[in-house]
Amino acid sequence: MGAKKTKVNSESDYTSIVQSSSFQTLLSEKKKFIIPFTIFFFCFYFALPILTSYSTVLNHKFIGSITWAWVFAFLQFVMTWVLCMIYSKKAARFDELATKVIQEGGNSQ
Amino acid sequence: MNTAAFTMFLCIVFVTLVITYYASKRTKNANEFYTAGGGLTGWQNGLAIAGDYMSAASFLGIAGAVALTGFDGFFYSIGFLVAYLVVLYLVAEPLRNLGKYTFADMIAARFDAKKVRGFAAMNTVTISIFYMIAQLVGAGALIKLLLGLEYTTAVLIVGVLMTVYVIFGGMHATSWVQIIKAILLMGGTLVISIIVFAKFNWSITDMFAQMKTATPLKETFLNPGVKYKIGLDTISLNMGLVLGTAGLPHILVRFFTVKDAKTARSSVVYATWIIGIFYVMTIFLGFGAAAFVGNSAIVAANPAGNMAAPLLAQALGGNMLFAFISAVAFATILAVVAGLVLTAASAFAHDFYNVILKKGKATEKEQVGMARWAAVGVSVISIILALGAQTLNVAFLVSLAFAVAASANLPVILYTIYWKRFNTTGAIWAMVVGLISAIGLVIVGPNVFSPEVGKAIFVGEPWFPYSTPGIVSIPLGFIAGYLGTIFSSQKADVKRYEEVLVKSNTGIKIGG
Repeated sequence: MGAKKTKVNSESDYTSIVQSSSFQTLLSEKKKFIIPFTIFFFCFYFALPILTSYSTVLNHKFIGSITWAWVFAFLQFVMTWVLCMIYSKKAARFDELATKVIQEGGNSQ
Repeated sequence: MNTAAFTMFLCIVFVTLVITYYASKRTKNANEFYTAGGGLTGWQNGLAIAGDYMSAASFLGIAGAVALTGFDGFFYSIGFLVAYLVVLYLVAEPLRNLGKYTFADMIAARFDAKKVRGFAAMNTVTISIFYMIAQLVGAGALIKLLLGLEYTTAVLIVGVLMTVYVIFGGMHATSWVQIIKAILLMGGTLVISIIVFAKFNWSITDMFAQMKTATPLKETFLNPGVKYKIGLDTISLNMGLVLGTAGLPHILVRFFTVKDAKTARSSVVYATWIIGIFYVMTIFLGFGAAAFVGNSAIVAANPAGNMAAPLLAQALGGNMLFAFISAVAFATILAVVAGLVLTAASAFAHDFYNVILKKGKATEKEQVGMARWAAVGVSVISIILALGAQTLNVAFLVSLAFAVAASANLPVILYTIYWKRFNTTGAIWAMVVGLISAIGLVIVGPNVFSPEVGKAIFVGEPWFPYSTPGIVSIPLGFIAGYLGTIFSSQKADVKRYEEVLVKSNTGIKIGG
């Protein structure tokens, strides 16, 4: 996102950008991605303390002395890293859309 | 006195002062002082975030907590890491796009009222000082044990160093101290983890099998529920951990040290890898300490387990490794407190002094001058409070700072970015109610009141049953922001929200 400075400078220009189809596309694509993923990682995260507090199901053995609680704990790390990579990938697309918004915003006036 | 440890401490002090000297030459204006000119790369800032974040509580506290309580200690590691998803998905990029120097800048992008900025700055100063007391108490205890210095002397040494870094080197010095500390900490932890793993025959299953007999807890060591027996208490702790990071002012300011949202994003990703790998290794630190140092030796050195990691180093690699790990712990504390001093000083000098008092018209020289004085002031207050807080548990103070950040800052941040109707009254309610409820519930909770003599500050039944306030105070912060908005007669400023929406999503800067 190099080209940040644009020619527009009055308040109404923000409204026109918000109403532009390219900005609406950016917003709806972001929503479609961020909301479900955020709900997912919160559920995945809180599942661990809820399961450890209110059940003993995670105390069962996985391999040898390693219990499911440790496996689930480690999966939290994997989940975090994977979601980081997915976000980075997805964000490249958002950058493209944002650049389009900036270019159009600068030229529409 | 331990000569090897003393020499390595001096090395750390020398290297950090050299960094500060070079940084001071570049710290000419407010922008350089607050944000290092916004010139850090994603990789550098990722390391600096990791260095800012992995505090004494992470390194010493979690190693001890895992060694003494097994799985329950590991909750901290998980929460501290997953928290970065909240930062990455919801906060980092809008924050970078809307703010300039401080967290209050971002809230002020929507609300002009001086009160809003004032409360945001007050939250920043309060949270940073709480966090700093924890670090200073930890530093005092560590140096006392390692070098045999008095607690007061130890706190003063750390206090003077952190002030010097910030006054002379501003964000440049702070960032580079954090970067070097992150590298040292990762290196030191990796060495210990490899030795521990070798001693367990390079086998994870062997390691877990041995842990069943290595501690007085026997098999229960590997199961959750050793420390946190009340379900809602566990959930409260986890809420504070996962939601706190995105509201911690000293982490938020790190996103202003890069040039744009894209770099802010990549720095979170780098930080998440580094911090994640570090927290995985806390298993080796904790298990290793429990197996090779032993429960009674850990508790004898410090009842909370804070000396587990240095003692493990001694057991594994003798005096040299002990000295090295101790010096790493020292560097860890220095880097974190420097970040905290800088953050609190920025909030004071930029928000209170320049914007509110001088109406944004202070010269560059006045701003930097005031920031330096503010750094001195913040340091002095923290040192005095830390001297009085010697007996407080470090982990408790840190979890308090996290819960306060999650309750007082996160609601207002999320509403500012994402809620169209949000208004000035809602912003103030969210910040005030979040701050007061979080601190209030701690004061009436089991960390302050305990029926057992000597377990807490006062003897008595706690009114609030949970050790961290998050489960009540975080929802209260959100509810207060909502109700404040709904009940106020103000109409939502739609134009202003549109501006925030466009800026936060595109980074566009209209009119300059």
